[in-house]
Amino acid sequence: MEHLTNKDFTSDQEVKWCPGCGDYAILRAMQKALPNLERKKEDFVFISGIGCSSRFPYYMNTYGFHTIHGRAPAFATGVKLANPNLSVWQITGDGDALAIGGNHFIHALRRNIDINILLFNNEIYGLTKGQFSPTSKKGIKTKSNPHGTTDEPFSPSDLAIGAQGSFFARVVDTNPKLMQQIFVEAESHRGTSLIEILQNCVIFNDKTFAPITAKEVKKDAQIVLEQGKPMLFGAEMNKGIVLNGFKLEVVTVGENGITEKDILVHDAKEQDPTLHAMLARMRPPEFPAALGIIRAVDRPTFDEGLLAQLEYEKENAKFNTVDELLQSGDTWEI
Amino acid sequence: MDKTTQVVDLEKVVIKFAGDSGDGMQLTGTQFTDTSALLGNDLATFPDYPAEIRAPQGTVAGVSGFQIHIGRIDINTPGDIADVLVAMNPAALKANKNWIKKGGTIIVNIDTFTKRDLEKAGYETSPLEDNSFEGYNIIQAPITKLTREALKDSGLDGKSIGRSKNMFALGIVYWMFNRPMKQTEKFLEKKFAKKPEVVAANIKVMHAGYNFADTIEALPSSYTVLSANLAPGTYRNVMGNQAIAWGFLAAAERSNKELFLGSYPITPASDILHELAKHKNLGVKTFQAEDEIAGICSAIGASFTGSLAITTTSGPGLALKGEGLGLAIMAELPLVVVNVQRGGPSTGLPTKTEQSDLMQALYGRNGESPSVVLASSTPGNCFDWAYMASKITLEHNTPVVLLSDGYLGNGAEPWKIKSTKDMPEINPSIAVEGEEYQPYARDEKTLARKIALPGTKGLEHRLGGLEKEDVTGNVSYDPDNHEKMVGIRAEKIKRIADVIPDQQVFGKEEGDLLVIGWGGTHGSLYSAVDNLLADGEEIALCQFNYINPLPNNIETLLSKYKKIVVCELNSGQFANYLRMNFQGTIFNQYNKIQGFPFTSSELESHFKTLLAK
Ligand SMILES: Cc1ncc(C[n+]2csc(CCOP(=O)(O)OP(=O)(O)O)c2C)c(N)n1
Ligand code: SF4
Ligand SMILES: [Mg+2]
Repeated sequence: MEHLTNKDFTSDQEVKWCPGCGDYAILRAMQKALPNLERKKEDFVFISGIGCSSRFPYYMNTYGFHTIHGRAPAFATGVKLANPNLSVWQITGDGDALAIGGNHFIHALRRNIDINILLFNNEIYGLTKGQFSPTSKKGIKTKSNPHGTTDEPFSPSDLAIGAQGSFFARVVDTNPKLMQQIFVEAESHRGTSLIEILQNCVIFNDKTFAPITAKEVKKDAQIVLEQGKPMLFGAEMNKGIVLNGFKLEVVTVGENGITEKDILVHDAKEQDPTLHAMLARMRPPEFPAALGIIRAVDRPTFDEGLLAQLEYEKENAKFNTVDELLQSGDTWEI
Repeated sequence: MDKTTQVVDLEKVVIKFAGDSGDGMQLTGTQFTDTSALLGNDLATFPDYPAEIRAPQGTVAGVSGFQIHIGRIDINTPGDIADVLVAMNPAALKANKNWIKKGGTIIVNIDTFTKRDLEKAGYETSPLEDNSFEGYNIIQAPITKLTREALKDSGLDGKSIGRSKNMFALGIVYWMFNRPMKQTEKFLEKKFAKKPEVVAANIKVMHAGYNFADTIEALPSSYTVLSANLAPGTYRNVMGNQAIAWGFLAAAERSNKELFLGSYPITPASDILHELAKHKNLGVKTFQAEDEIAGICSAIGASFTGSLAITTTSGPGLALKGEGLGLAIMAELPLVVVNVQRGGPSTGLPTKTEQSDLMQALYGRNGESPSVVLASSTPGNCFDWAYMASKITLEHNTPVVLLSDGYLGNGAEPWKIKSTKDMPEINPSIAVEGEEYQPYARDEKTLARKIALPGTKGLEHRLGGLEKEDVTGNVSYDPDNHEKMVGIRAEKIKRIADVIPDQQVFGKEEGDLLVIGWGGTHGSLYSAVDNLLADGEEIALCQFNYINPLPNNIETLLSKYKKIVVCELNSGQFANYLRMNFQGTIFNQYNKIQGFPFTSSELESHFKTLLAK
């Protein structure tokens, strides 16, 4: 197969996000990641809902469909079922996926249809100019709640795990390498792969993730989880996560008798989601925010199940043409 | 069994089986239907279910009915009112008291006319003991008692014995109409293959009912209805919902497409989903979505990817699909939306029929978003209209709304089996690898664009709901382009009128009265007009299946009649649509919004007054 480059995935449309928007970095990471999948360009399909983030497909030189607000999982499901050979990517925002589209979002995860969902979480409604979203921090003041929100926010990871999601990863728009790597791994996971991207909206919610992503703090405020590796982080890589009773705790290797052996080893493949959920919930200042693949378990996919039934029925049915169906059952001659 | 009583030959007869939801009336009715069909009768049936699954036993709300009209003549409706009513309890009698012909025969299960059951039905005293049914031929059959008697040695428990009493009633009716019991015996053997004792019990009870009727003197004569003069061929019974499902399967096979259905259950449309879900062997992919929105959106996704994609629903579901349908119109993708209409607004009358979603189908979306609208008009032709809807949508790459209704969907009639080879060819409009592709370039004549399927090398492109630039399909906010595209989308639908046949009429080519109907009212309108034609009236019926666009010859056709009356099961939606399209023409209206079809007799008398004026 001819090797593709990021240029092959760049469309001729002018990119119209605000200068400085985190979406640019995500787009570039995607254009660089796809050639690594060694698939034909025509087999990629990008499906989005509505929002700033959902303009994404216009900028990818692949098949794309910018649909309606919140419903992208349903379109993506139809695409995948109609042609299981395609690599299907859903682009969505926090409002698109978790407010208007919350229902479709959880049902896609529950069915475990083999698609990849990129959730651009900027904790705000960008396109409609800055109203709070279901992930906005409680109390933030926006045009639609000038006195501060009284809404409790959703945690996308908890929603995903509650819906029996088989794959959950988190990345930040400031780490292009990690994004590329995770995009590739998400595609190789069979089932619904959900990637939460902490994305900065410079206009309406600037620096909301600064406590995690700012240069000065990021080494202590992020931990990149890797399969089979101890959960170490920090500028000196000497801080670690341990389980103390039912709670996670940050410790320092070398202090209070802690050695590397005491540190939790990451296992994204563990079926029991309890620890995954706890890890995904970690936030500064108490904890580093967990990045990387937090959960990736094997579970039958919806599309394979349906295809297997189709195959079975085709092989075992009494007839295989519509005319035979019409003539089946009780008939009589006149 | 030899017959000692006299046998009377009937042209047609209407029979209604009514009882409690749990009395098995639907099965009884279906058995009588199948047997009559095999004898060559023309027929039409209509089930009438309660809205609640388990309404309190013995109450009027819990009555389930099945009406069948059989004849040796052409039968077009399930009949206005019944000649014979089987009432398994007082509630069934009460619910149907106005729907039985004066002087007709009523078979009641007299064992249920106890104080308690009468009270549950809201009777203070037994209607059989006052003058309520004077002049009717009432047969008081101790159905419960005789069923128990017949099965006392069967070893079955009381509950199973109670469940077979519908077979006793069926036996009586089989005797009355000289029908053989073979067909039902075969059916029972198959249905309860694993429970031979149940088969034996049911057959025994049916024979007991038959013999009871043969013995008692309350039935002075039995009747025959000879076979009808149907065109030669192989026949079967079909229900409208089943025929719709099969029409799509046929269209998928003829167009070499995979059929995809995205749907969410809703009465009375669910049976289309059930039927298609059975036929995975034919390659159909059915997806029961989390709601109607996901139903249509998954279908649009499948359509974008190359399937013949459909979504099926009823009124409230169509309301939810509005935004998705608008996107399919903008993206100019093939899609069929089936709306099996029911009584509205809101949840309305879920199990009753109505034609009140016409305006919703035509205009129920934001922006100017025209859709093709078709309507099927008999249970059998649901097959043809599902097929035509598929052909139009695939060839013109624009969504089609197909309107059916609860009456067609659940109604059944004998159907001369078609061969897929006799159906017209379908030529989907799809771009292929290597061709120069502009997503919004159009066929000069039809204005249809070509779609390009994911997986096709070199034709990568983006679709979406934002306004499209003419030819390129890129996003465009240009004011002139927008106006142009609104015009193109409308014109594209209009031009479909050039490829559909002229509208036909039944009856006089010109005359005093043109009766206009659309969709599911065909049977009753046809019967009424047919009767008046026989009386020598200058009348005709024009039943529309193509709603948008209308056929090209309507204006000329309308001008040939002195008076026009538009009959529909709503307050006048099609009449208003015609007024908008043919200004200056006077359209009278005849409307009914009771959840029931028209009766031919009410139509006939109304047409007579119009003709007399
Ligand atoms: C049916 C419908 N309702 C409302 C809107 C308006 N709308 C468009 S995008 C959006 C929210 C977008 O927020 P998010 O999904 O977080 O995306 P972002 O712009 O932040 O990337 C809203 C409310 C719409 N387009 N359609
Ligand atoms: S409004 Fe925010 S999210 Fe939208 S493009 Fe601008 S910076 Fe990005
Ligand atoms: Mg957002």
